[in-house]
Amino acid sequence: MLRLPELEVIIATSLTEALTRLAAGPAARPILGGTDLVANLKTGHTKAQTLVAIGQLPELQGVDASGDVVRIGAAVHQAELARDPDILELFPALAYAVGRIASPQIRNAGTLGGNLCLDTRCRFINQSDLWREALGGCLKSHGKECHVIPGGGGCVAALSADSVPILMVLGAEAEIARVQDGALVTRRTPIADLYDSDGRRHVRIADGELLVAVHVPKLPHGARAVYRKWAVRQSIDFPLVSVAVRLDLDDAGKLKQGKVAIGVLGPRPRLLALDRWAGRTLDEDLAKQVAQYVFDRSHPLPNVLYDHEYRRERLRVEVLRALRTWYAPAAVGGAGR
Amino acid sequence: MTRPLSDNPTARDLHRITVDHSPVDETPVVGSRHGRVDALDLLTGVGKYADDLVLPRMLHCKILRSPHAHARILHIDTSAAESMQGVHAVITGADLPVRYGVIPWTQDEYPLALDKVRYVGDAVAAVAASSEDVARAALARIAVNYEVLPALADPREALARSDVKIHEDNKHGNISKQVTLAFGDVDAALAQAELVIEGDYLFHGSTHGAIEPHCAIGHVDGHGLLTVWSATQVPHYLHRELGRVLDRPSHSIRVIQPPVGGAFGGKSEPFDLEFCVAKLAELTGRPVKCLYTREEVFLAHRGRHPFQMHYKTGFDRDGHILAVDGKSLLDGGAYSSFGLVTTYYSGQLLGSPYTFPAFRFDSTRVYTNKPCCGPKRGHGSVQPRFAIEVQLDKAAVALGLDPIELRRRNFIGENTQTIGGFHVGSSGFLQCLDEVERASGWRQRRGKLPKGRGLGIAGSTYISGTNYCIYPTELPQSAVQICLDRSGRVRVFVGTSEIGQGSNTVVATLAADELGVELEDMRVLAADSDLTPVDLGAYSSRGTLMAGNACLAATRELAAKLREVIASTWDCPAGDVGLAHRKAYRLSDPSVWMPIQEAFILAESKLGTLGAVGSYKTPTANVHGDYRGGTIGASPAYSFTAHVAEVEVDEETGDVTVLQIWCAHDCGLALSPTLVEGQIEGSTYMGAAEALMEHHRVLPSGLRTDGQKRDTGPGVEGLLAASSLLDYRMPTSMDVPELTALIVERPDPRGPRGAKEAGEGPLHSSIPAIANAVYDAVGVRIDDLPIAPEKILAALKRKASPSGEVR
Ligand code: SF4
Repeated sequence: MLRLPELEVIIATSLTEALTRLAAGPAARPILGGTDLVANLKTGHTKAQTLVAIGQLPELQGVDASGDVVRIGAAVHQAELARDPDILELFPALAYAVGRIASPQIRNAGTLGGNLCLDTRCRFINQSDLWREALGGCLKSHGKECHVIPGGGGCVAALSADSVPILMVLGAEAEIARVQDGALVTRRTPIADLYDSDGRRHVRIADGELLVAVHVPKLPHGARAVYRKWAVRQSIDFPLVSVAVRLDLDDAGKLKQGKVAIGVLGPRPRLLALDRWAGRTLDEDLAKQVAQYVFDRSHPLPNVLYDHEYRRERLRVEVLRALRTWYAPAAVGGAGR
Repeated sequence: MTRPLSDNPTARDLHRITVDHSPVDETPVVGSRHGRVDALDLLTGVGKYADDLVLPRMLHCKILRSPHAHARILHIDTSAAESMQGVHAVITGADLPVRYGVIPWTQDEYPLALDKVRYVGDAVAAVAASSEDVARAALARIAVNYEVLPALADPREALARSDVKIHEDNKHGNISKQVTLAFGDVDAALAQAELVIEGDYLFHGSTHGAIEPHCAIGHVDGHGLLTVWSATQVPHYLHRELGRVLDRPSHSIRVIQPPVGGAFGGKSEPFDLEFCVAKLAELTGRPVKCLYTREEVFLAHRGRHPFQMHYKTGFDRDGHILAVDGKSLLDGGAYSSFGLVTTYYSGQLLGSPYTFPAFRFDSTRVYTNKPCCGPKRGHGSVQPRFAIEVQLDKAAVALGLDPIELRRRNFIGENTQTIGGFHVGSSGFLQCLDEVERASGWRQRRGKLPKGRGLGIAGSTYISGTNYCIYPTELPQSAVQICLDRSGRVRVFVGTSEIGQGSNTVVATLAADELGVELEDMRVLAADSDLTPVDLGAYSSRGTLMAGNACLAATRELAAKLREVIASTWDCPAGDVGLAHRKAYRLSDPSVWMPIQEAFILAESKLGTLGAVGSYKTPTANVHGDYRGGTIGASPAYSFTAHVAEVEVDEETGDVTVLQIWCAHDCGLALSPTLVEGQIEGSTYMGAAEALMEHHRVLPSGLRTDGQKRDTGPGVEGLLAASSLLDYRMPTSMDVPELTALIVERPDPRGPRGAKEAGEGPLHSSIPAIANAVYDAVGVRIDDLPIAPEKILAALKRKASPSGEVR
């Protein structure tokens, strides 16, 4: 059996306490459901000395849909969010996306905040220590070379969080707290800017900072978003293709603006604007152009365990199918997959 | 005419016996709907798996494994580990320098590598420490100097390279076994054939994925008795090998097999951990436990061999097979395991259910620097079965025949012989075809399904145990001791390995009917070498037939004694005494009866303690072929299977969804129909998973994804692509199709009450049935497994292009 290393666990009773503990640096890590972190600690490629449990902090709880912007606490469980009546009504694609994370058991423990901070994944790092030793390590561990892009300068492990692409197209923001001069301060950053291209540390949250909540603006009239995920299995798997599409249509059904967010490329998801097609009416022909546009600008890498050329091809189909939900919902193909 | 009990047992026992005043119920327990006799214990956590066992003062063992696929061990320094607090002993290859292996002729493994490591994960040293954490920390302090050698990951390369030898003392390069057998004039028959279907087929590797990892505990008691508890499916072979490797007489070893949480062939030989805990227990004088990590289970492997096959089958214009010519290259991995048998099975198990007038096979198993392949459910014949069944489908298309009809025309029949000389007794193959044809609506629906949907058929056969033991012996293959007493209960001592397949229940079912008790009155004690007689283990689907026959022999002898005592009381012939459902009664006048407990008491008071033994030896006449290798693949009786699969292929994504599978399986007689259905379902799902998803893949030479060989030196090839249950994609309950399990009963005179195997046969044809359904759906053949979406898309593209050819 894989065992956890010896760790100090602090159950934080206030946000200030948690932030103070986390300011100690990377040796202290926040933990919510632990569904990603604990596995990575066990296989040894994530190291920590202290875990700061933040699941009970009041600032991290609840879904508040009373205003124009919906606030979702970072500690809200994925399973809860997937069945939350407000979320189902306002952002059904978000409910669907978090409802496709891993498996029911994991969604019961895993949280939205945890998913946003999910470590990047790569078939050369998410392995045992024996495996990584046999490989000689890589940039994300103790090695000197990346095996996905040999000779490349950085780590390109994949962002594999189901909730990120959909939150990006929804224009969501992260609420991040820190203690400054003894006072609690928060900053807001768009989810679209939350990620960096270094797979070793791809979430732009500094030591001593903490993701507290996510704010999602309610959609204007005529706007809707769709999430599509492809993995080999219907349950448990991380996405191999992950794409969210949002379109804002006018009353005549013409495109005002549109966005596509693509996950499982490198550490940073890609956000593409579809503004060039503003004023056009969506049909199969246009959808194919959009899918090709996305295809041309997306290059899945051999970082996760599936043929990357197929993943690229599949991405094109998933974009197409996402768009079909607007003009031909009965012919989407592969619905529910 | 019930009478008061003459020798009243305890009140509790009496309470348990329900006296039934209704007319005698003669419905047999065999064939009735019942669960497993041990299910409740396991479900409630009362039953203890190996890792649940905790002994006083127990130490924990961890094994150091090689990070190199191929290397010479120059030096091992264990001193730093030994000096750690909490470390009780460290052993290396030098402590156990005896080769082992399940097949006596191909023993090529050491418990801990002696001079060389041959795959990433080969065991190098083992530590016994006060906790798992200390043991793990100690491993990090063992220094091993390796001289890294070029590693061979590709079987063709292994065959071609004479400069790199994985086993230095092997006679033929890296060839682990080569078999060529020919029956009839294959070339002439192929030359005359109206149609020859020829093609390459690639079967990928897969592993068992049992949920319980391997686990063993060793303990030496004050009298010097070594006890090993192990999650094994072959306690007897483990017992023998422990004796050889540790140089201990048999009587000083006790092997106990606790309930096993799945095995599927992955625990059917001894493994490094069993020798290590035994040796460490000897050295430390304390119990020592070792539990594999999931990765270690993937490394221990012994899963399905990857096969590269080339098959040629000739047909006449009516679809009769004229000749089959098969060539296979088996990728064996680092060691032999059951490989000798696998190589024979790759041809020998193909001889039915179809008549082959001429047949030749040429199979070569090679060593590579990868985890060792071995037996997985359907050992050795799942891969060639895929090739043959796809070839039959291609022939049916070419000849314009219904593929079920083509199979019927080639049926070998009953009470006949395969071309290799194996005696086939009963065969319900035609009924299996009928059943799946009917249940799937084949005739009404095939060819009329919407676009992208298709139906496919395939058939197969499997052995009910191998006719011969792995080591040459005249001893019985299975034995049972049975006894009953005044409590009204029956105890069966049997050597069989309950690995979830229900062997304890099968034995209990047979005995319950013979002795007139209920299933709840049966106590089965299995697989403890001190307490139970020898059975060879749970492999080759032998349990029902062999232990079942042994059990019948014992129970029938005991029942005869019982009847005689009762008959003398009633003053009637013994043949007039019936035993059923806790009653002894007169067959000629069922109103005359007594509770079975009373009958037991009567018999015990007349004859003393009541018991009997029974054993089973396989038939020696009319079983197999008379040539070298003619005994391998021989079985007392064969099961038969047919599958129809219905699939939907998404032409945009290449996704294949299996909508439903119908499987009909001839198990002779279903002793426990629910268990038979469970085996049909489990086998079929396992096959479907291999067809579509699962892949035990080892990274090829060089890890670089840009196709370049690594320039950082040899030795890193041979890493597993997937060594966790996340990356090794076994289907979840969301990924499996609807399944209809259909039981066909064609009793075989050699089976206990006619029963044959059900545990492995129903896997085989599920794979080609799916492949054939894919062709029916979209007109492309995927002859290299698994049938992955990218292959479908590529094939559809080829088909659509003007120059594209469809095989
Ligand atoms: S992308 Fe490269 S550096 Fe990052 S984890 Fe994978 S192999 Fe290592």
